Amino acid sequence: MLSRTADHLYWMSRYMERAENTARMLDVNYQTSLLPQGADTAEQGWRGVLSISELTGLFEQRHDRIDARSVMDFMVRDEGNLSSIWNCLRAARENARAVRGALTTEVWETTNQTWLEFNRQLKEGAFERDPGAFFEWVKFRSHLSRGVTVGTMLQDEALYFLRIGTFLERADNTARLLDVKFQALAGSDFFGGQAKEGQEVDFYHWSAILRSVSGFEIYRKVYRNVIVPDKVAELLILRPDMPRSLAACMNDVVANLDQVANEQSAETRRRAGRLQSDLRYGRIDEILATGLHAFLTQFLDRVSDIGAGIGRDFLVPVA
Amino acid sequence: MKPGFDEMQDARGAVREHYRTYDRWLEGQSAETMASRRSEAEMIFRRVGITFAVYGAKDEDGAGTERLIPFDLIPRVIPRDEWAEMEAGLRQRVTALNRFVDDVYHGQEILKAGVVPAEQVLKNAQFRPEMMGVAVPGGVWSHIAGIDIVRAANPDGSGTTYVLEDNLRVPSGVSYMLENRKMTMRLFPELFSLHRIAPVAHYPDLLLETLRAVAPAGVSDPAVVVLTPGMYNSAYFEHAFLAQQMGVELVEGQDLFVRGGFVYMRTTQGPRRVDVIYRRVDDDFLDPLAFRKDTTLGCAGLLDVYRAGNITLANAIGTGIADDKSIYPYVPKMVEFYLGEKPILANVPTYLCRDAEDLKYVLGHLPELVVKEVHGAGGYGMLVGPAATKAEIEDFRRALLAQPANYIAQPTLALSTCPTFVEAGIAPRHIDLRPFVLSGKSVQMVPGGLTRVALKEGSLVVNSSQGGGTKDTWVLEN
Repeated sequence: MLSRTADHLYWMSRYMERAENTARMLDVNYQTSLLPQGADTAEQGWRGVLSISELTGLFEQRHDRIDARSVMDFMVRDEGNLSSIWNCLRAARENARAVRGALTTEVWETTNQTWLEFNRQLKEGAFERDPGAFFEWVKFRSHLSRGVTVGTMLQDEALYFLRIGTFLERADNTARLLDVKFQALAGSDFFGGQAKEGQEVDFYHWSAILRSVSGFEIYRKVYRNVIVPDKVAELLILRPDMPRSLAACMNDVVANLDQVANEQSAETRRRAGRLQSDLRYGRIDEILATGLHAFLTQFLDRVSDIGAGIGRDFLVPVA
Repeated sequence: MKPGFDEMQDARGAVREHYRTYDRWLEGQSAETMASRRSEAEMIFRRVGITFAVYGAKDEDGAGTERLIPFDLIPRVIPRDEWAEMEAGLRQRVTALNRFVDDVYHGQEILKAGVVPAEQVLKNAQFRPEMMGVAVPGGVWSHIAGIDIVRAANPDGSGTTYVLEDNLRVPSGVSYMLENRKMTMRLFPELFSLHRIAPVAHYPDLLLETLRAVAPAGVSDPAVVVLTPGMYNSAYFEHAFLAQQMGVELVEGQDLFVRGGFVYMRTTQGPRRVDVIYRRVDDDFLDPLAFRKDTTLGCAGLLDVYRAGNITLANAIGTGIADDKSIYPYVPKMVEFYLGEKPILANVPTYLCRDAEDLKYVLGHLPELVVKEVHGAGGYGMLVGPAATKAEIEDFRRALLAQPANYIAQPTLALSTCPTFVEAGIAPRHIDLRPFVLSGKSVQMVPGGLTRVALKEGSLVVNSSQGGGTKDTWVLEN
């Protein structure tokens, strides 16, 4: 397959996945903000949304104050924000259009339709009317996109690069979500500290995190217990059977990397495999003892390093 | 009233034989049904992304500059016998044109014989001296030709078929031919049980067969690619569509490179050799080392590989010499010269403004004539006398006097019309036809072609870039 084609496929699925995760994060924050709570808590939530995507600076250039409407607007439809859902869906569609011949008709039409429909809905005020339903719609378009991809694409390189993009992006997004949400609660690094007493476990806070990754019901099923932070962390980091956990994402990244291996990709494969093993054999108490924030920061660095390796090995090779 | 020729109705208003079944069917459809089918078609075209980019245009809805080409629901129907004659004529004409190009770049017999003036060819901007003596596989230069055919009304109400233009470089539109058929089958499946309509969907197969047949000698399983200028080109949809339908890679210039006398593409598994390039990039942009230096659409060193016979380009470099408007008047003579046959398809009578006599006539009759720039395309650089203002005519007169050799002129043809959906209901609109002729081992084509329709009342300009639409084209099998 052409390197350029692989590049477009990889980014197409990354952007689609990013759009979904942004919608998930906004949705949960929006639902949380409907609960009776102080204005401070709400603002802190929206601050978190911005810092997850490293967009606080850009936001502050464009808005005077942080509130639900301005943050949602910024993250949903602001064309000047390259991470807005609008831009992600546009980029997904542009990448798809560049290689529409390498996609099945169904995959292309789904991606194209999502973009056209997204703009139509924005124009008709669907987002203002019911943000929750709007976010739900974005999520389901991403589900559809993924389902159509897996259900119709030939199992060859094109599919593998699409999958690598999806899982690498998801690993990144889940790690960011965890990092911000855990810090928000603790001020500093909650789990790095020793004093657990005095910390009231906020059911709504943890359940919101779980819901944002469709993990609430899974948590109940796996632990059959009340929601406690270290279990939440374990579920989202180490459980290989939790589809949006870091471990599950890395398993899928590695499996798909194996399918596309070429003469120069051994080092990237080794690094990905090493990260996968760290998650496979890691224990949550060890991670918490060394500090969750430090762990996640390092994880994000390693994911970005693997992304760069994939770029070098497959996407923009020298002749 | 000017004479007219309608494809559906004869001069007395009676529905022609080959449209009768359709007409009866159409009478049974309510206006609402047809309106809802129209919007359904538009929705599907948008979703499928069958769009083209308009140069310099802007859209407000975030779709960039992508537009739909309007699709008209009423098909253009061609009776079997009429098509059979047209097909024979196309086969003959394209064969002669290919012989002509091959001759121009080799023995130049036709110039020696004085059938075509040598200076018309050798001083033509479309003549590529780089191609002199180059042997292309099978002697085929224009593998994919789009021949524009019109029917014009005669004063007695009959019609005559003319070739308006030969497109031998990178003709486009075939994807619309295929998508229009798909659309009609989807919207009105019942029509296909009422009629026996010759299928067209095998075009990509014929195209692939054609491209494989002209691979460099000794290559048994040639790697074919489609070369596109990229997704911002107005015909990008078609490039992607054809590559996908043939199951070959769609490449851009940046994906290709030359090493050791061969062309390779950059893949995830390292370099892979390419044998046949169906290029949708103009000659000028193919190789920065040979043609335009600033191009990024081509591949450096391609011409050398090509001349050495290690890659096939379809179409070949230099075919523009045969479809130049100043060469067009000689095509019937080429048919006689190379094939020893009478031309089946007629040319439109043409005045060459480089000729003093002709120029005089043209200047005296500008309001009645269509004047075309010899290198113009897409309906640009053209004067339609009867539709032009006095000022436009005077502007053109000046341009004509300054560089007469740049222009040809033809009588304004009363192009035939076909019933078409417009704002006010169904009304006749002018149409043309572009069949696509494939030349490889043999000359092949699918029945019909792309029918373009000028949607503005009275307009003769069918180009999509100037507000033209398209129709499904049926060749009846009985």
